[in-house]
Amino acid sequence: MLIISNLKAAINEKNILKGVSLEVKAGEIHAIMGPNGSGKSTLAAVIAGRDLARITEGTVTFMGKNLLEMTPEERARQGLFLGFQYPIEIPGVSMMNFMKTAVNEQRKYKGLDPLSASDFLKIMREKKELVGIDSKLTNRSVNEGFSGGEKKKNEIFQMAMLEPKLAILDETDSGLDIDALRIVANGVNKLKTPDSSVIVITHYQRLLDFIIPDVVHVLYDGRIVRTAGKELALELEDKGYDWIRKEIETSGLS
Amino acid sequence: MENDQDKIINNVTSGEYKYGFHSDIEIDSIPKGLNEDVIRNISLRKEEPEWLLEYRLEAFRHWQTMTIPQWANLKIPDIDFQDIIYYAAPKKKQGGSQHANSIDPELKKTFEKLGIPLEEQNHLAGVAVDAVMDSVSVKTTFKEILAEEGIIFSSFSDAVKEYPDLVRRYLGTVVPHTDNFFAALNSAVFSDGSFCYIPKGVRCPMELSTYFRINAANTGQFERTLLIADEESYVSYLEGCTAPMRDENQLHAAIVEIIVENNAEVKYSTVQNWYPGDKEGKGGIFNFVTKRGLCRGENSKISWTQVETGSSITWKYPSCILKGDNSTGEFYSVAVTNNYQQADTGTKMIHIGRNTKSTIVSKGISAGHAQNSYRGLVRVLKKASGSRNFSQCDSLLLGDKCGAHTFPYIEVDNQTSIVEHEATTSKIGEDQIFYCNQRGISTEDAIGLIVNGYAREILNKLPMEFAVEAQKLLQISLEGSVG
Repeated sequence: MLIISNLKAAINEKNILKGVSLEVKAGEIHAIMGPNGSGKSTLAAVIAGRDLARITEGTVTFMGKNLLEMTPEERARQGLFLGFQYPIEIPGVSMMNFMKTAVNEQRKYKGLDPLSASDFLKIMREKKELVGIDSKLTNRSVNEGFSGGEKKKNEIFQMAMLEPKLAILDETDSGLDIDALRIVANGVNKLKTPDSSVIVITHYQRLLDFIIPDVVHVLYDGRIVRTAGKELALELEDKGYDWIRKEIETSGLS
Repeated sequence: MENDQDKIINNVTSGEYKYGFHSDIEIDSIPKGLNEDVIRNISLRKEEPEWLLEYRLEAFRHWQTMTIPQWANLKIPDIDFQDIIYYAAPKKKQGGSQHANSIDPELKKTFEKLGIPLEEQNHLAGVAVDAVMDSVSVKTTFKEILAEEGIIFSSFSDAVKEYPDLVRRYLGTVVPHTDNFFAALNSAVFSDGSFCYIPKGVRCPMELSTYFRINAANTGQFERTLLIADEESYVSYLEGCTAPMRDENQLHAAIVEIIVENNAEVKYSTVQNWYPGDKEGKGGIFNFVTKRGLCRGENSKISWTQVETGSSITWKYPSCILKGDNSTGEFYSVAVTNNYQQADTGTKMIHIGRNTKSTIVSKGISAGHAQNSYRGLVRVLKKASGSRNFSQCDSLLLGDKCGAHTFPYIEVDNQTSIVEHEATTSKIGEDQIFYCNQRGISTEDAIGLIVNGYAREILNKLPMEFAVEAQKLLQISLEGSVG
């Protein structure tokens, strides 16, 4: 599904990603963990096509196509979804109008007719129930005046509407209390199909109690320094990131 | 990031004007230039009574003593008033009057192309149209149906002939010919426009509208609209306007006067889409307009809603004189300037009566190299006790080469009145655009979505049919090809 190979990227001439390689197969859930400043969010932004970092080397292939050649909207229409760490407010634009535009753009890309208003409303109702978000949210402007938890739930609702092949959730757990975390995680689990994949980017292990990853990577100083099964997350929780840091320093990797 | 910024600017500055065609219609016009003979000639062609000619001449003489106002935040090129044709009319077909059922097919085609069918059966249900091309009204629909309710809706020229006393009683009572330079000019040379009278107790059963089209080259358009709402009546009125693309600038100087009696209400909506000039700022309409309403009666109400997307220069301040006790004035505006367009627009709310209320909501959107100014006056006179005003002026900037300016003037002579003013300036964020992109929405559509969201409060004030049109128009005004 997604193959990242030796990806290097810089922001303002400062190297942030220093050669990331990663493969996510269809149906897998991957977690990318790492301390603050290790490059997690930059990696998510680069995959989604945000023009923040300059890519200096490496390739990214998504569903067999060169992702780096595509505009952000093409990537989205191909089935790539980014759950934002800080969802953006768009005053005056109703969630309904926003989602209708997004869904119909995706349909157009696939050669399908736009959804009728009634079909759209029906799907929206179903998805709202599926992810358990408050019905009123969709009548409001995009993220405007939403609480932190509502914003994150709204990201999962959008993911439900767009049914991505690959969802990257960038610190979706940050700022959530345990109940909201559970709702968000349940949403993600329900949306998971045997063919779709998820990359969960997180600082903490607690989200991974609810979304069980197949593979856990540790990103440190712009490189993936360790890859293992879900037990890695627990080990990290137990020993902290200092443990990784020391290991790397002694192995002379950095 | 730089790149993105450039892309956005590029997108919004390459939109195309969709009404820029010219119709090949035979024109009956008078030579260029302005003097008393020209005014007599216009008056003669319109078969006007003597008093109206005198009114024009008086205005002209006054105009000659005046100079172009310089106080607006606009760079106005020199206008040679002798190099303008002051009267141009589509030629009447042999033997037929302008308002006969057999309307010139070329004219009909023009208005159809503009989305304004002149056949009543084809028209949007519930909207009567007065269609004005250059200096004359070519067709007014639903006149007869409206007449059954006692409503007069006709071209200004017809009204002068058919209801001279009404016209004479109200003409110039809200905007006197001495009011300002362009009002004086209009009073001297005005050609056509609409006249509307809603009798006592009548709620106008349909939307009334006037569609102004400039077609002839080198011609100025000087329309005159007079709207009277008698006691306890109601009318919703809409005007729209377009012009062909030309390299030369064309002058448009209009006057709209509204008089509202006790317990009556007028809702006046404008969708202004005159040709804005090209990407380099060449051509476009100079739009100098004086619009003013008088809330003469108690509990009367005037609501101005404007969506201004066209014209290379816009100078326009639809205002309310709140004379009647408990009267209400409202001004809702979206003004879009792109490329090298300049707009200095706003309102005046003059509180004279007691417990008068006014609301101002202005949304400026500026892109390209454009300059967009809000200028508004709230004046509360001594006797206007218990009056209230609320003003909100928001500016949205697209790109970093455009400007937004706010000039609020507040003069309060009454201790018991409350005046509030809020202002914000914001930029369309790259993060907003990226958020839309990430959901599969192109940058162009994202800008349209964000701008429409920003203007929604105003668009919601427009009559339904036009709100949809205006929404599209905002998008078109800012649209371009994504590079």
